[in-house]
Amino acid sequence: MEINVLEQIIIPIIKILFIAHLLIIGVMAMIWSERRVSGWIQDRLGPNRVGPQGLLQPIADGIKFLFKEDLIPNHVDKPLYVLAPAMLLIPAMLTIAVVPFGDSITISGLENPILLQVADINIGILFILAITSLGVYGVVIGAWASNNKYSLLGGLRSSAQMISYELTLGLAIIGVLMLSESLSLREIASQQGAYPWRWNFLIHFPAFLAFTTAMFAETNRLPFDLAEAEQELVAGYHTEYSSMKFAIFFMAEYMNMIVGSAVVVTLFLGGWHFFGLEAMGGPILSGVISFAIFFIKTGIFLFVFIWVRWTLPRFRYDQLMNFGWKFLLPVALTSIVVTGTLWVVVKENQLLWIGIGNTVAAFIVVSIVAGMLSIDNNTKTAAEDTTAAPLRSEILTIETVE
Amino acid sequence: MNPEMIPQLIVFIIFGTVSIIGAIAVISFRHPIYSALSLIVTFFSQAGLFVLLGAHFVAAVQVIVYAGAIMVLFLFVIMLLNLGTLSARGALTGKIKGVAIILGILLAVEGIYIAVRALNNTKVGSAEASMEPVTTEYIGTLLFSKYLLPFEVTSLILLAALIGVIVLVKRDKQTEN
Repeated sequence: MEINVLEQIIIPIIKILFIAHLLIIGVMAMIWSERRVSGWIQDRLGPNRVGPQGLLQPIADGIKFLFKEDLIPNHVDKPLYVLAPAMLLIPAMLTIAVVPFGDSITISGLENPILLQVADINIGILFILAITSLGVYGVVIGAWASNNKYSLLGGLRSSAQMISYELTLGLAIIGVLMLSESLSLREIASQQGAYPWRWNFLIHFPAFLAFTTAMFAETNRLPFDLAEAEQELVAGYHTEYSSMKFAIFFMAEYMNMIVGSAVVVTLFLGGWHFFGLEAMGGPILSGVISFAIFFIKTGIFLFVFIWVRWTLPRFRYDQLMNFGWKFLLPVALTSIVVTGTLWVVVKENQLLWIGIGNTVAAFIVVSIVAGMLSIDNNTKTAAEDTTAAPLRSEILTIETVE
Repeated sequence: MNPEMIPQLIVFIIFGTVSIIGAIAVISFRHPIYSALSLIVTFFSQAGLFVLLGAHFVAAVQVIVYAGAIMVLFLFVIMLLNLGTLSARGALTGKIKGVAIILGILLAVEGIYIAVRALNNTKVGSAEASMEPVTTEYIGTLLFSKYLLPFEVTSLILLAALIGVIVLVKRDKQTEN
């Protein structure tokens, strides 16, 4: 078999370069929009001096970071200190490889249509989970190598949080996988079809919420950014970092946000579908339209990221752990059980009943857990009132109220 | 040699070399954190080897479970115990040294035995037949038909371990109170 140079080498390389650069440009766009949208939400202007509407601000920031002194403190573990930002950045960049960012482009003369995806592998979603789970090393190693107690505390917080919410992240998608009978992201996206009421976010509504919440935690964004709680930890795991190394930590965070949004759009929001708009136009144009739809959906979701940042205050650490283990995880587990049961039992209007069943079951589970927690807290408070110091019981009462 | 195999051979050499270097680094570094990180490198390149064999699912699980979950716990423990660098000598002394030598020789014999057996049993060309990726569906079907009993027993063992951990932790808390 001879190797078709154009189809097997050149086109994949073009796709890889395209998506990798799109990701980096996306980071710059995120830096700009985060600052401008934050400004808009807080009723101020935000950076608007560099270029039209401040659009060149990310470039100015980048140049500033590059020309700052690359300071390596004496007390750090030098090899790991240098390695840590890369260990965070590379997994963030790798995951985009399996995300389908559009349908396909058919060019006459080529044997196969060009899939708008770098690699359509059989285990797509597992690949994403596997690579994101490696991202935690960058944080932990960076924190430890800094040889600073605030950094280490931030790193430990961050990794405990990432491990806890990874479970929810993995379990919440099982229902989706059950219905689409595939792990391939392209397959999952194309099965959801053109119309929003067939998309997974309605059928698996609780799982969608759990997945999205867990993703916020995975990316260390507010309200889950305890790893960089300024009031408590100076700056968190990157306290000792400066210049471009510091910037790389944030580039990785933005890349994780972009890839996370793209994954949510693929799994739950119908991928590149939108009321059949993607099927219009010729063989080339439809591919471009499908990419545009995917791009806009991802962009809207990224806006939600920024919006949430200025809407919700930061969790306290025990609240974060309670929320992850006692609410999100049961909700994700329930969605597996309910989806599986209804899939076997109900034969007519399957998707409708699974959608209703999932939402009702999640509501019941959350109420039960909330009830149990409040009983637990009440008994604790009653027991402590007689023995413990008043301050302690006061704290517990506040917890109960919340 | 089949020209189609050349890219795979190159990738195999890369992953194989990295995994051997990583494995050597695990035992040569004096600092436990560096050793743990080298072990992650080895796990990761082994996942790459699994992909070459067409076992994509096993590769993903290898990274999720070993590189992603277990090694994070290892790192946690090492960091929290704040283990320092081992001195060049003194780690292996007295009885431990003897045991280590015996176990090392045993391991080497086992390794050579497996390698020789594998070489004798592998026909040339059978590797190409197994290049076809094994789908997750196929693994799932196998787990719930042919290997149902081992699968269920394994999950029971894991459940028992889980309950055991909870019981141990709870008892500690009660005695504290």
